[in-house]
Amino acid sequence: MTKPPDNPDRRSVLQRMAASVALAGAGCTRVPDERIVPYERMPEAGTASLPVYYATAFVRGGFAHGVLVGTKQGRPIKIEGNPTHPSSLGATDVFAQASVLQLWDPDRSPAVVQRGLTASWGAFDTAWRAREAQLLERRGEGLRLLTPRFTSPTLRRQVEALLERFPRARWHRHDPLHVRAADEGARSVFGRVVRGVSHFDRARFVVSLGADPFSEGPACVRNAIDWSARRADDLRADDASRLARLVCAETTRGLFGARADERLVLAPARIDALARRLAAQLYPDLANSGSSAAPTDAADARVLRWAARLKRAGAQALVVAGPLASANTHAIAHLLNLRLGAGGTSVDWIEPPEGDEPAGSIDDLADAMHGGDVDTLLILDGNPVYDAPARSRFADALRRVEFSAHLSLYRDETSEACTWHLPRSHDYEQWSDSRAFDGSVTVLQPAIAPLYDTRSAHELLAVLAADPERDGREIVRATWRGSSGPGEFDARWRRSLRAGTIESSAYLPIVAPHAANRIDPAAAPSSRVEAAPAGVAPASAAGVAPAGAAAVGASTPPAPPAEAAESFVAVFVADASVDDGAFANNAWLQELPRPFTKLTWENAAFIGPGSAVARSLATGDVVRIVAGERALEAPLWVQTGHAEGVVSLPLGYGRRSAGRVGSGLGFDAYALRDGSDAPIRVQLERTGRRHSFAVTQHTIDQHGRALARVVAPGERIDEPVRARPSLYPPIEYPTHAWAMAIDLDACIGCNACTIACQAENNIPVVGAEQVANGREMHWIRVDRYEDDAARTVFQPVPCMHCENAPCEVVCPVGATVHDSEGLNVQVYNRCIGTRFCSNNCPYKVRRFNFLQWVDESVESLKGQRNPDVTVRHRGVMEKCTYCLQRITRARLSAEREGRTIADGEVITACQAVCPTRAIHFGDGNDAKAEVVRVRRSPRHYALLGELNTRPRTTYLARVETPPEHEA
Amino acid sequence: MSTDAGSGRRAPPTSSDAGVLRAGWGYASITDKIADLVLTRPVRWPWLVAFFGTFAGTVVLLGAIGYLFVRGVGIWGVNIPVAWGFAIANVVWWIGIGHAGTFISAVLLLLRQKWRTSINRFAEAMTLFAVAMAGLFPILHLGRPWFFYWIAPYPDKMNLWPNWRSPLVWDFFAIAIYLTVSFLFWYVGLVPDLATLRDRATSRAKRFAYGIFALGWRGEARQWQRFEIAYLLLAGLATPLVVSVHSVISLDFAIGNTPGYHSTIFPPYFVAGALFSGFAMVLTLTIPLRRAFGLYDFITDVHLDHAGKVMLATGWLLAYGYASEIFVAFYSGDEYEISMTVDRWVGFYAPVYWAMMTCNVVLPQLLWFRRVRRSVGMLFALSLVVNLGMWMERVLIVVSSLHRDFLPSSWGLFIPTFWDWTILLGTLAAFAWLFLVFVRVLPSISISEMRLLVRESSERAA
Repeated sequence: MTKPPDNPDRRSVLQRMAASVALAGAGCTRVPDERIVPYERMPEAGTASLPVYYATAFVRGGFAHGVLVGTKQGRPIKIEGNPTHPSSLGATDVFAQASVLQLWDPDRSPAVVQRGLTASWGAFDTAWRAREAQLLERRGEGLRLLTPRFTSPTLRRQVEALLERFPRARWHRHDPLHVRAADEGARSVFGRVVRGVSHFDRARFVVSLGADPFSEGPACVRNAIDWSARRADDLRADDASRLARLVCAETTRGLFGARADERLVLAPARIDALARRLAAQLYPDLANSGSSAAPTDAADARVLRWAARLKRAGAQALVVAGPLASANTHAIAHLLNLRLGAGGTSVDWIEPPEGDEPAGSIDDLADAMHGGDVDTLLILDGNPVYDAPARSRFADALRRVEFSAHLSLYRDETSEACTWHLPRSHDYEQWSDSRAFDGSVTVLQPAIAPLYDTRSAHELLAVLAADPERDGREIVRATWRGSSGPGEFDARWRRSLRAGTIESSAYLPIVAPHAANRIDPAAAPSSRVEAAPAGVAPASAAGVAPAGAAAVGASTPPAPPAEAAESFVAVFVADASVDDGAFANNAWLQELPRPFTKLTWENAAFIGPGSAVARSLATGDVVRIVAGERALEAPLWVQTGHAEGVVSLPLGYGRRSAGRVGSGLGFDAYALRDGSDAPIRVQLERTGRRHSFAVTQHTIDQHGRALARVVAPGERIDEPVRARPSLYPPIEYPTHAWAMAIDLDACIGCNACTIACQAENNIPVVGAEQVANGREMHWIRVDRYEDDAARTVFQPVPCMHCENAPCEVVCPVGATVHDSEGLNVQVYNRCIGTRFCSNNCPYKVRRFNFLQWVDESVESLKGQRNPDVTVRHRGVMEKCTYCLQRITRARLSAEREGRTIADGEVITACQAVCPTRAIHFGDGNDAKAEVVRVRRSPRHYALLGELNTRPRTTYLARVETPPEHEA
Repeated sequence: MSTDAGSGRRAPPTSSDAGVLRAGWGYASITDKIADLVLTRPVRWPWLVAFFGTFAGTVVLLGAIGYLFVRGVGIWGVNIPVAWGFAIANVVWWIGIGHAGTFISAVLLLLRQKWRTSINRFAEAMTLFAVAMAGLFPILHLGRPWFFYWIAPYPDKMNLWPNWRSPLVWDFFAIAIYLTVSFLFWYVGLVPDLATLRDRATSRAKRFAYGIFALGWRGEARQWQRFEIAYLLLAGLATPLVVSVHSVISLDFAIGNTPGYHSTIFPPYFVAGALFSGFAMVLTLTIPLRRAFGLYDFITDVHLDHAGKVMLATGWLLAYGYASEIFVAFYSGDEYEISMTVDRWVGFYAPVYWAMMTCNVVLPQLLWFRRVRRSVGMLFALSLVVNLGMWMERVLIVVSSLHRDFLPSSWGLFIPTFWDWTILLGTLAAFAWLFLVFVRVLPSISISEMRLLVRESSERAA
């Protein structure tokens, strides 16, 4: 039948149709037209088998957090800490873990946008050249540069070059979380801005004046590492008297406060007063008049003991002040550290790694813009339209600027208000450099070519400054080439890229001045807002010790105004998950339960329980928070351990153009915020409406059950974990018997494990509504319990991998079974979703795909997924596997090399990320394994061991630091 | 006794008032009465309304099941920790309802209880339909229902077997056997009646249809003899199922370690509850049926009275179960059991608990009074109350035990969604629809057994 018949009959038409359908299926292969050749030296197991790590840094708040970007098949899929980087030592915080999702975020900006229309870099470059000519004529008059805080030496060099080219241009810096009081405090003591670098491994007695060194600032991970390393050593030595003691006065709840041995809950102004009292008690000459030794109330008595203890600790004392503290308090912290001799031991002072503050602030810039003095504005990252001080009316000002360009990762609020939006490359796509908290430099190298048509800030500045070198790598190399020869430089360059830091680039401590013996009264702000205790707060509202301590720094705080009883002091804090708002579109972070509230997907206005009773407000009440002419509506959360008369407002929510994930969640606290560190007075007005939160843990009371345990030093938990009689024959695990031990004493509740697990194991997010339905998917969660004394204990709970696993008995299809090494494995293919296993799991660690959670349609999200871990479809159960894929990888390499798996060779994702090394993992059969050693501790116990589940994951109880022995 | 009962030499017997059968009924009149309900009684509007109403409900159920299969079980309120919700409670409830039918037709047959004769046929139909409804849920509640057959042991290439330690596998057998035996028992009992209908049907189609299912029944003595043996054997097979099926179902819970599940009293306690709710459902169906078809002479107040007594007795067994659970919780000193018990009393689901206690323990005490047992209205109301109470009990066992187990950090709530309710009400509609079809196409009272009763009552009178 070569020739088509003239009159096709029905039969032949059908034949042809059948044939063509068959051929259409058969002929469909996808061999590309181009000639392709295989990789020359193919590794034996193929290129896809092992992850390749690149040492680089994730830059947050301008500071480098050293990371290793783990890539598979060329795709960055998992972030690990860089063991040689000072801010990481192998661990990371939640933000660095989630940064890989930010890289693959489908809402990232892919293209240049001009006034709402897609444009190109070429169009921008042309537009800039036209503008540049005018600007050069005017020597840069009318040109302003706005940057966030950064520590990149290359960027600094480029900014300076730009300012040199346009001498009349001005540079402004804006960081919504910058603590100006800290700079002022340092200046009043040292005569210039310096940064204290704390060494928690050398401190025996730490006083926090409103600070949370475990979650604030660029050194938070390192602080936790240092503290836990020292504590682990001291516990191992079994000498309770050596244990360092942490004490803390704080306004709202922080990780440091949760771990502190004593915690005072005070409004910011009372913390300032407490600081003055502390200083006056220790060094009466610091006070303007003599101090009285008699305590006036319980908190004051506590301060007197702290003072004595600080004195005893001497060089091993450490005082840190937090972001809400006044400049005076920061000054006191520095002074006490100086006088106690802590400099060089528990604290060092260095130059600020971000360099000198540029002359212009964002307020100056806004004034100039309102005044019509700015016609060209270049915004290098940041989101000022969203987070600029409310009084500056930045969005209005921006409308008056003729040419504005905004370089950013997302097309956010600022991008939309500017005439040009320029897409920025992600940190993992670009060459750059950045300093860590201690000044040491990391050269950022790309782990993947830019996904979209983006530029780094360096590449953009090269254009703006007419630098002939446009290549990001060469721009950064130019900064570091210096005077060294090419060969020498290349070797150094490669070394720094391999290690992730440039050798000995950390700042040397500056020598402490001798002159600063007295605090300049002028350094303290003249009027601090005093918290009004509502109803049940201690009687002494005006300060801790009005008689004496107030003499340090400012005079007695002003008496609360008459309406104080009705009003609250509002303080603004960074959100534990979205920080200042930059991470709003990161679904992992949004769904990460906040450490204390276990709240997800939004923020809440926090007040103390006393204030709530006095004003008959309850969690979930929507209130109107009014500050003068500005107001916002927010749902309330009544939090134990929160200062009375204070409402704390987490920043970073109420984003309008964050992306599909982050827009329209929570309330925007920036609407009320002027400076970064000025508490304001607000009224709370009831709206009568109620709001329900999506939380993952509803009760923090242990109900008298011994779950997260606390013991006295040396106390032995006499509860051997042993097998009880069974009808089933005992099962031997001759090769390996994987086991995990979690040290509750080390856990600070930072959540890094949860999000590391999420990244490693392709764990989907489910959204606020499903979290409220109780369907979150985290394989390791951090339970939080609080006892009557408001002491918080965190307890990470992964799968227990029980020897007598209750889940296995009840599965009708045998989809959850033990493997030969004693792991309780879940066979996704076999699971039919009866959920009986979850019902029968006493630890409730199993997670079910109630609906199709995994987004299988968005291409860029697929890039992030770990190819070694099955992506689960709806209808199957899943849970912690002890990172089976990592065990398998270790086994394969051990087998190739003909040896057994060494202790420490398998590191689970949660274990790797943990800053405090709370998680130990290894082979329970190996008598020398660390996990076996840890399990011999007298603090060792099994969670719900009485159920005879014989869990493989066990716990070490937290140790109560003994009360100090008065000398 | 034969199908052409009128052709004997002696005058055919006529019933005397035996309590369970009123006087004056003969073989022919009984046959006329019951067969005409199916063959000649015109379709009237109340039946049509009910038929189309429940049919609409059945269509909604099918739609809801379709949506469930497309989206997944997440459309229900189930979550972690409460991974089982209405679906499992409904299985237990429906199976329990089925138990009364088997009890009436098999156990009471073996015990030679005459009052079972006029109610066993539709009670057994009720069993069949209830078990069919129950059988839906274990499949619907799966995350991946298209693999439901993996629970069954079947030869496959990978030599995979179900996990014999899991009570869900036992469930599969329990429910499958129950459905099979119930169907056989019901069908075998129907054969002589189908032949009667075949012989009396006027249209060819009906004759053909009834003829097919009558399996060539001619009413020979040999056939009767074999029928009697087969029927008795099936009754013997069905009898242990009355106890075993719900005992196995109860093991789904009792095997679990969850406080509120882990209890050795569960098997008898579930069986008692099953009979309790089953007899309530029998009453719920009998009373309207008797009225609609004017069956007052066959289904007398004695029947209702007996059913009331059985409810009272099983209700007390159930109450003993409740008391025992509470006693053991405190006697054991187990903090989790105590906490669970107290939570039932004062926790989030306390209103359900106290409503259940009222429905299942307090109100049924009215059945002590003969006046109540003889009052149709009161009995009907009580039967509804008990059905509701037993359903709440099943929900309570499933949900309240799970929602607060060992770790307070994981406590949560189950709130039923629109789809939970839709599917529950949909099965009620489908059940009612099947029953409405049944009463129109099959004799809802056994003709042959009623004729036997006529002779027995006349002989006793003579």
